[in-house]
Amino acid sequence: MKILVCVKYVPDATDEVSFEEDQTLARTGGSGRLSELDEYAVEQALQLRAELADATVTVLTVGSDDAEIALRKALQMGANDAVLVTDPAIAGSDVFGTATVLASAARSVGEVGLVMCGMSSTDAGIGVLPALLADALGWPLLSQAAALTVDGQSLQIDRVDETGSRTIIAGLPAVVSVTDQSGEPRYPSFKDVLAAKKKQVTKMALADLGVSPDSVGLAAARVEVIATVRNPDRAAGRVIVDDNGSSVDEIVKFLVDATK
Amino acid sequence: MTVVVMATATGGVLDASVAELLTMAAQLGRPVAVFAGEANHELIADLGRFGAAEVHLVDCPQLAGNLIGAKAALLTERVVDASATVVLVPAGLEGNEVAALVAAKLGAGLITDVTAIRGAGNGVQVDKVVWAGKFTVTAAVKTPVAVFTVKPGSCPAVEAPIEPQVYQAHFSYLPTSVVSEVVQVEPVAASVRPKLAEASVVVSGGRGTDGDFAPVEALADALGGAVGASRAAVDAGYVPSSFQVGQTGKTVSPDLYVALGISGAIQHIAGMRTARQILAVNSDPDAPIHRLADLSVVGDLKQIIPAVVSRLS
Ligand SMILES: Cc1cc2nc3c(=O)[nH]c(=O)nc-3n(C[C@H](O)[C@H](O)[C@H](O)COP(=O)(O)OP(=O)(O)OC[C@H]3O[C@@H](n4cnc5c(N)ncnc54)[C@H](O)[C@@H]3O)c2cc1C
Ligand SMILES: Nc1ncnc2c1ncn2[C@@H]1O[C@H](COP(=O)(O)O)[C@@H](O)[C@H]1O
Repeated sequence: MKILVCVKYVPDATDEVSFEEDQTLARTGGSGRLSELDEYAVEQALQLRAELADATVTVLTVGSDDAEIALRKALQMGANDAVLVTDPAIAGSDVFGTATVLASAARSVGEVGLVMCGMSSTDAGIGVLPALLADALGWPLLSQAAALTVDGQSLQIDRVDETGSRTIIAGLPAVVSVTDQSGEPRYPSFKDVLAAKKKQVTKMALADLGVSPDSVGLAAARVEVIATVRNPDRAAGRVIVDDNGSSVDEIVKFLVDATK
Repeated sequence: MTVVVMATATGGVLDASVAELLTMAAQLGRPVAVFAGEANHELIADLGRFGAAEVHLVDCPQLAGNLIGAKAALLTERVVDASATVVLVPAGLEGNEVAALVAAKLGAGLITDVTAIRGAGNGVQVDKVVWAGKFTVTAAVKTPVAVFTVKPGSCPAVEAPIEPQVYQAHFSYLPTSVVSEVVQVEPVAASVRPKLAEASVVVSGGRGTDGDFAPVEALADALGGAVGASRAAVDAGYVPSSFQVGQTGKTVSPDLYVALGISGAIQHIAGMRTARQILAVNSDPDAPIHRLADLSVVGDLKQIIPAVVSRLS
């Protein structure tokens, strides 16, 4: 069984970012990385591979040529191979466009038994792609998994959201997204890094997937960004050094004022 | 213009964010509230109090077992039935997924985690905060129907009492393919403290509490606030994950945020930087939280906070 992990190439969280004239995120090469939240999905996929007979892990991304950096990191962690879907027509796609491309890719890379995602991308951060992907594939959705276990042909997750905690079961194939509570991702060793250099990254374009360029990209996006404004940084306020409770008066006054 | 609001409740009590959504909906057009499940009289009265012209109560036997898919399908049916052009859903893990599936079914544009809505008709524009709070994006939907998820605290709820028309509807969820099944549920326990995402005061503890949240809880209670935590405190098992503030936890925007023994990592700040006032107590003078707090105290929380609490009570 093939486990397909959807990963995204994103700017580093601590990087300064800017926006292009067309309001898309400026991606100046080099400082991008595999989304930290997708590392959790790669980790869970590798753990499932160890438990399942004949399982392999393929990582998949939709993005620019630079996005290979994210795939390489996942290959270093231990994924078997990778697929990069890149096409100028995809630029500026909204989440529906990305879901269309990912669903077509999931159908064309061979017998996929499980699609795994992160809980949200660290740049757009909306956490809806897994639901759209499950919908597009017609597969059950097991999203926001804080823990997951596989039992024969079915998968069980613990989902925690604002409405409570649930244990949810579905048969395979299914789409799963995992949270950062699912277990710390592994660090690749030097040997893993060397081994990853020989692993294959297959490039695909829209034509290979049979996706019409009109259905994706900025023109097909259902949302239009009108303006992007930088919020003022918070200025540091007063700093006091406590000496044996000397700050208590000032803290009490601050709290009383702030809750007036 | 008709605006459908997805109403949610905890322990039978309407969530405060729904009252905010109804206020936003009334500014755009005619608010129609949709509630999935059993509703009591108080809940219907509360929906009317905040201006719901219609209340649709939808019973759906498959809801318990199929959560997101069933909720999205029944909401979609109501949106079509009411010829609504805007759909407002409380933002959150569940709300965002439900909203996305509704948008997918309707071919509608989706904007999640909205913090402001302006305009009317085809000119509706929304704001959302992105990139760890650093930017505010203004956007609009290009499709005839727009689906928005709205962050709690984005708009003060205004009472606009009306006697709503109440409709009972039945919805049978017939999924086109196999679905997942919920086998065990533990609903959110009712707490005497306000809800984290809705509270006007939030007191959070981090790894610096060393596992003793008593001072954090005591200060929260003295101020009538909610208790929050950093991910390090959650990972260490000091508190449940529902307490987490930040990128992968809750975003809060209270009048007052108190950070106790929290260093101020970018992922934590992403969840609280829009607080009106911030107090930090951290023994490390170089902790990044000191660069953003309105009052920063370099000192030991275990010594300082109990003294502050006894002065407040
Ligand atoms: C993908 C990803 C997502 C993340 N999401 C989140 C998130 O949603 N929320 C979040 O919070 N973090 C998140 N993190 C983790 C984040 O990067 C930090 O690791 C975390 O916020 C640190 O928590 P902390 O400040 O409690 O711990 P630390 O960084 O260890 O800080 C503890 C602080 O307590 C101080 N201290 C110690 N003793 C005392 C004392 N007696 N009195 C006063 N001060 C004391 C220390 O000086 C120190 O500054 C995420 C990380 C990643 C990679
Ligand atoms: N361009 C992309 N390529 C591959 N996977 C993606 C892409 N965008 C999002 N995903 C996956 O979908 C998850 C949720 O993303 P989002 O809905 O954008 O927050 C991510 O954690 C990834 O697993």
